[in-house]
Amino acid sequence: MAKIKKSPWVLHYDGSSCNGCDIEVLACLTPVYDAERLGIINTGDPMQADIFLITGGINSQNAATVKQLYDQMPRPKVVVAVGVCACTGGVFKDCYNIQGGVDTVIPVDVYVPGCAARPQAIIDGIAQGIEIFQKRWDEHHELKKNKGEVSK
Amino acid sequence: MQVIPFLIIFPFVVSLLMYVTRVNKVRNAIAYISAVIIMIATGVLFAQWGMGGFKEILVYQETALYDHVILGAEWVLMLLVTVLSFKYRKYWVSLLSILPTILLTWFELSGVQLNEGAGHIRVDHLSMLMCLIVGVIGGLIVVYAVGYMHGYHHHHTDIPDRRYYFFALLFLFLGAMYGFVLSENLLWIDFFWELTSICSFLLIGYTKEPIAITNCFRALWMNLLGGCALAIGIVYLGLTSGEVTMTALVDMGVAGKTLAVIPVALIAFAALTKAAQLPFSTWLIGAMVAPTPSSALLHSATMVKAGIYILFRLSPAMRGTTTGSMIALVGGFTFLVTSIMAIAQSDGKKVLAFSTISNLGLMVACAGVGTEETIWAGVFLMLFHAISKSLLFQDVGATENALHSRDIEDMHGLLYILPRLAIFMFIGIAGMFLAPFGMLISKWAALKASVDEGNILLVIFICFGSATTSFYWTKWMGKIISASHLREKTFKDITKKNEVISLGIHAVLMVALCVLFPLLSKIYVTPLINEMFGTGENVLNDAILYMLVIIIVIVFAVPGISFLYAKNMKVNTKLSYMNGVNTGDNRKFTDAMGEEKTLWLSNFYFHKVIGQRKLMIPSQIFSLAVIVIMLCMIIGGVLA
Amino acid sequence: MIYKGIIFAIAYVLLAPFVGGFLEGVDRKISARMQRRVGPPVLQPFYDVRKLLNKQTISVMTAQTFLLMTYMVLMILTGFMFFYGTDILMCFFVMSTGATFLYFASVVTSSPYSSIGAQRELIQMMAYEPAVLLSCVGFYLAAGTFQVAEIAGGDHLSYFLQLPGFFVAFVFILTIKMRKSPFDISTSHHAHQELIKGVTTEMGSKNLAIFQITEWYENVFLMGVVGLFFVNSNVYSVIVAIVAILLVYFLEILIDNSSARMKWADMLKLSWVVTLFSAGVNLIILMVIR
Repeated sequence: MAKIKKSPWVLHYDGSSCNGCDIEVLACLTPVYDAERLGIINTGDPMQADIFLITGGINSQNAATVKQLYDQMPRPKVVVAVGVCACTGGVFKDCYNIQGGVDTVIPVDVYVPGCAARPQAIIDGIAQGIEIFQKRWDEHHELKKNKGEVSK
Repeated sequence: MQVIPFLIIFPFVVSLLMYVTRVNKVRNAIAYISAVIIMIATGVLFAQWGMGGFKEILVYQETALYDHVILGAEWVLMLLVTVLSFKYRKYWVSLLSILPTILLTWFELSGVQLNEGAGHIRVDHLSMLMCLIVGVIGGLIVVYAVGYMHGYHHHHTDIPDRRYYFFALLFLFLGAMYGFVLSENLLWIDFFWELTSICSFLLIGYTKEPIAITNCFRALWMNLLGGCALAIGIVYLGLTSGEVTMTALVDMGVAGKTLAVIPVALIAFAALTKAAQLPFSTWLIGAMVAPTPSSALLHSATMVKAGIYILFRLSPAMRGTTTGSMIALVGGFTFLVTSIMAIAQSDGKKVLAFSTISNLGLMVACAGVGTEETIWAGVFLMLFHAISKSLLFQDVGATENALHSRDIEDMHGLLYILPRLAIFMFIGIAGMFLAPFGMLISKWAALKASVDEGNILLVIFICFGSATTSFYWTKWMGKIISASHLREKTFKDITKKNEVISLGIHAVLMVALCVLFPLLSKIYVTPLINEMFGTGENVLNDAILYMLVIIIVIVFAVPGISFLYAKNMKVNTKLSYMNGVNTGDNRKFTDAMGEEKTLWLSNFYFHKVIGQRKLMIPSQIFSLAVIVIMLCMIIGGVLA
Repeated sequence: MIYKGIIFAIAYVLLAPFVGGFLEGVDRKISARMQRRVGPPVLQPFYDVRKLLNKQTISVMTAQTFLLMTYMVLMILTGFMFFYGTDILMCFFVMSTGATFLYFASVVTSSPYSSIGAQRELIQMMAYEPAVLLSCVGFYLAAGTFQVAEIAGGDHLSYFLQLPGFFVAFVFILTIKMRKSPFDISTSHHAHQELIKGVTTEMGSKNLAIFQITEWYENVFLMGVVGLFFVNSNVYSVIVAIVAILLVYFLEILIDNSSARMKWADMLKLSWVVTLFSAGVNLIILMVIR
């Protein structure tokens, strides 16, 4: 079985964040936290991404966008909500335009709370996402293999 | 060899017939039949010549009668030009026709003893190749023109329908070309030269629109200027040495006689005007106002190749001389500069015009260097260029009829709108620059030879020029295959059957030429070089030959195989990436105001930086300076 | 001689992706160190490609896959021809045909980012082609042949001594060819995003893997050309060549990490000027000597 978890590429999307979490996400790439040592790369392109990292809540404008980006990612894929806004809507929850957390539009696998979420927490969230990422692939592979056996 | 006078005279007769036949259907039928007859006659000539063992043949030694007919015809041409110049108030242009005609008349009637050589007509590898190009491509263009002109007048109702005149000119042109490439006597060459100039002048002015009038007179004076130089060169040669044949001139040039220097330089200069080299390029660009068949004919098959043909003939005499350097320099410079200017054009026909000039520049440079290798390369460039340009011009014309635009930007996704035309276009463009097609190997040979000859500037011109050349071609090809964002409008492929036949034959020829190219080199072009230079060197060595075959196989096979493989692949199709805001398909997106916008993609043109307006005049000045200075050096060097 | 060529060529086809991937891994590690980071494992590029191959196959336009595969095969053919020892000019002609297919693969989708990236890729091609062709001319002038086998098997000291100007021009455009800063304008490597991902924007999973592997083939081929400046019939010259290759590779990494991206117009001007002056002057000198 292929170990695909060694190369998790991240797509970072800023929903309606205050930019606090975004700065922390980018901080993960800096020499201090160096997320690349885990093979994590921040791509800007959903076609090439494995993990969808979202900061900020979902509002009526970006809901469709988030959904489209999620659809453009090839399977297996994992969604990580970074920061309390992405988890639940946070302090903006009751704003007229906010729908809530990311899970109102797409299924979220890992919630990373915090305001702003600390880089350590973000990397930890991604690391947990990586395990799910691998598990999904394994399960899919298993399923395909079983299917093959049945058809034989 | 009765076919030769037939080939020259028959088109003239047909031309007359075209002019008097005013019923479209009858005329079209005659045009088809005549085109086929011309092609067959060319084939017969080739076969007869081949049966004779592919030897150089000179015929028609005594031609006093014909000489007088030609002299008379020359006066007719002169009168025609004078009348038209006065009609359109371009009085001075007539001078360019009157002067050489009077000069030649005086020369012929003055009774100077001339050595007329072994014949007036010459058949050898080079002239036969030209005959084949003129016959096959010219004939196909006539076939295409019948359909095209029908559609043309259907759309352009404001232009008076003078098809009888148009087809008369086309056939006149063909006859003139046959006469030109088969003539050995320089006086005959001069006559047919003038005839092609005037035909092109009349064809460009066909529509009689103000812009067409301006452009046709520009073409006229530039070509007549070349004609003047040609006439002066011939008269000078005749008066000083008593020779009036091409062979004698080239032999004298090869032997290094000073008497030949000035005629060679002047005739080469004339060839520069005909081949639309800088600074005379503008006439060819202006010629784009004409209906497509005439521009296709002008460009690919005949007119411009006439200049190249003369230069190839002269090339042994130019090797290593100042004239040779001048021609190589001007050609190389034109190759680079016009290919840069082609980048800035988005009008399909303009791009073709610039690329024609650019490729002609490379051929001219090859001739100027004048070694076996460069002529080999030049001949192949000419062959590939003739077919692929003719294909492209016809295709752009047909596309224009369907799309009502010939802008390359409007050809976005042509493959999905007009698949047939797009594929033809793709083949044509691939023939101009991609790897297995002959253009590239010719470039290879040209580069090698110019290094061997130590021509530094030419090496640099070729290296930079080929980079810019592939830029504009690739850009265009990419436009054709891009997924369509124009799909909302539907276009109908209204290409006539005869147009498709002509296009199809061209495309088949193109691919066949590419595949058979090594063979062709061995059995035809190498003997051609032998004949010209008398040495039996095989330009393409075996290693390259094998490599070429492998590349050809791979380049044709790989896309096919991978296409089949990819077709059967299970693929999940995604929307294209537009920051997650495209609405439903790949053609629209939501803009910042929340409204739907249509995507419009455009190529790079840089027209503000390298456009024709910016570059044309400086490069004309530069090349004119080069020509003037070097001609002064050449002539001064002989006379001093 | 022929057998030797075939062995080299087959070795290239089989080993180049591994060498290329390894070089890229080293590149990423060294880049990380230059930025005082730990960096990914050296084998990271292989992990990446393995993952890409194992993901769901996606594409925007199905035609893209076949165009990319053609690009890859032509690139392999280029290297095959080069290591087999045939005509170097032909190799580059095939390479540019391959690059044309990459352009097609990007524009065929009609997506905004990959189209702009592709246009820039085309400008890059225009920027590097003169230097590439001139380098071939340089080899021809120095060795009297375009045949790679004969160039590499000569008894001369090292062509580098005759062709320093050409070498400078070639290394200069190598930065463009390897998509390194300051010339990574059509697409760039990780953490250097330009136009999203430029030409590769619409390439996901398998398509991207093809692109990646082709890049490895290409890099090995280019490094081979760098080595050609140094090798002769002496076996030890190979060591010199390898050292030179590693130095050039390091230089590219250094340039990558110490420069900001240029605008395409500046890139075009700069690369043409450098080509004209270094290779052109070298050319004139060589021709005069000859």
